[in-house]
Amino acid sequence: MSAIHDALLLAERNLRRLPRNPDLLVGVTFQPIMFVVLFTYVFGGAIVTPGFKYIDFFLPGIVIQMIAFTGYATSLGISDDLRKGLIDRFRSLPIARSAVIAGRTLSDVAMNVIALATMVVFGIIVGFSFDSTAGEIVAGFGLVLLFGYAMSWVYAFIGLISSSPESASALITIIIFPLTFVSSVYVPTKSMPEVLRAIANANPITTIVDALRALWLGTPAGTDIWVGLIWCVGIIVAFSILATARYRRTVAR
Amino acid sequence: MAPAIETDGLCKRYGDVRALDGVDLRVEKGTVLGLLGPNGAGKTTVVRILTTLLKPDGGSARVDGLDVVKEAGALRERIGLAGQYAAVDESLTGRENLELFGRLYGMPKGDARRRANELLERFDLEDAGNRMVSTYSGGMRRRLDLAGALVARPPVLFLDEPTTGLDPRSRLGLWQTIEERVAQGSTVLLTTQYLDEADRLADQIAVIDHGKVIAEGTAAELKDRVGGDRLEVRLEDQTQAEAASQALASVVDEAPELRDGVLVAAVSRRDGTVANALRRLDEAGIEVGDLMLRRPSLDDVFLGLTGHEAEHEE
Repeated sequence: MSAIHDALLLAERNLRRLPRNPDLLVGVTFQPIMFVVLFTYVFGGAIVTPGFKYIDFFLPGIVIQMIAFTGYATSLGISDDLRKGLIDRFRSLPIARSAVIAGRTLSDVAMNVIALATMVVFGIIVGFSFDSTAGEIVAGFGLVLLFGYAMSWVYAFIGLISSSPESASALITIIIFPLTFVSSVYVPTKSMPEVLRAIANANPITTIVDALRALWLGTPAGTDIWVGLIWCVGIIVAFSILATARYRRTVAR
Repeated sequence: MAPAIETDGLCKRYGDVRALDGVDLRVEKGTVLGLLGPNGAGKTTVVRILTTLLKPDGGSARVDGLDVVKEAGALRERIGLAGQYAAVDESLTGRENLELFGRLYGMPKGDARRRANELLERFDLEDAGNRMVSTYSGGMRRRLDLAGALVARPPVLFLDEPTTGLDPRSRLGLWQTIEERVAQGSTVLLTTQYLDEADRLADQIAVIDHGKVIAEGTAAELKDRVGGDRLEVRLEDQTQAEAASQALASVVDEAPELRDGVLVAAVSRRDGTVANALRRLDEAGIEVGDLMLRRPSLDDVFLGLTGHEAEHEE
């Protein structure tokens, strides 16, 4: 399939850039470490998570929170490619229309694997422990990567609609930040005021974090895992259609 | 023989602005068309439509026999785009850029690598081939950009202001490369704001302003249209411009125009004009810095056609 061939070539191009742009590497390694360590030692003593050590409760949350943000680089990258005229170059080549964006989302998977591995290793160092079967742990990793892949398409769309990397940054701060905070990432939703709790419970990030806790800590899963999977697939379908349509019409600025 | 590029009543609007208002062009195979015009005249819009990046609102266009809208996919294998709006990846090396483009054109890995080596050598980038493009000079970047457009040996090349912002030596090098390509049979559509560039490279020139082609022909034909030779007088003292114009009235065909401290006017006869003009100016007590008689330039053509000089960037 030439569409997949093209997407893989462009994913390889994005990954080649990685070691040459240290700020990108810092984003997927140092930053997750910093979050794990800071939250564990700064907030860990103050936040009550009944029935859990805070690190156990918190690590699945911080993993999802971090993964929700690694696609950031995709938004900035696409926006930068647009501004510098590279998207025009690619659009003038005989390649699949979806290849440039799909290439970005594929290279994000590699970034997410690095970020995820870093966080779990450091989580274990500061006291995290799994409390479930090997199969569930692996399924948890799968869920995180699927969620990361879905977020990449959201970021690709943001990158295509923003007029510059700066405005992409602003959009992300406005949309994604509240989404990760009004959720069960940092604290159980039970502790929130009623209105906020209703929003947090409807938030797909809450569903996915709770699903990950179920898979890694053996908490009751309820419908979280299936609903979480449906969210991920739904986001991928919706945003791949949106982003590809937008890409076709995009002109350089 | 079918033309390499043919457009018929091409139109494009952005809101209320008519970027293109019925553009008809014809470029024969193996020739260079220079598309000349000021900023915002519609040059880049023409290039973007012909390279399938933009759909026209009206009219049609064929490149290498293929319709730019209906056969866009097939057309992309037959064109190369370089210049203002096409770019290379700054975080990759020159070689990696060319290999990537080659493989995206569908070349096997080995072929793409050989082609990249060939192009690096031809564009004098061998030594820089393994360096990141972000370390390149402006001239090197443009050469790599042009090399990128040539990876798949496309029969039709689109060069959008390929030398804007380059130093004279780099411009000359790029011109030679373009001439070589044409000698080997490529067809080139070149947009430029530099009249000397069009004069040197283009077989045919189309002058475009406000989305319309306002003149077409060879450089010589266009120059003939504006009439005879030009007398240029550089004044030591700008305040004497009025007096100088009066002194020259009997020598020149029209009221001289002041451009950047130089009086320019058309003259119908060459013999005796210089001596005559000098004598008149001397009698009127005008201090002359420089005086010359020359053939009309494309600048004169441009001025005559559009009522304003070609606008240069920077």
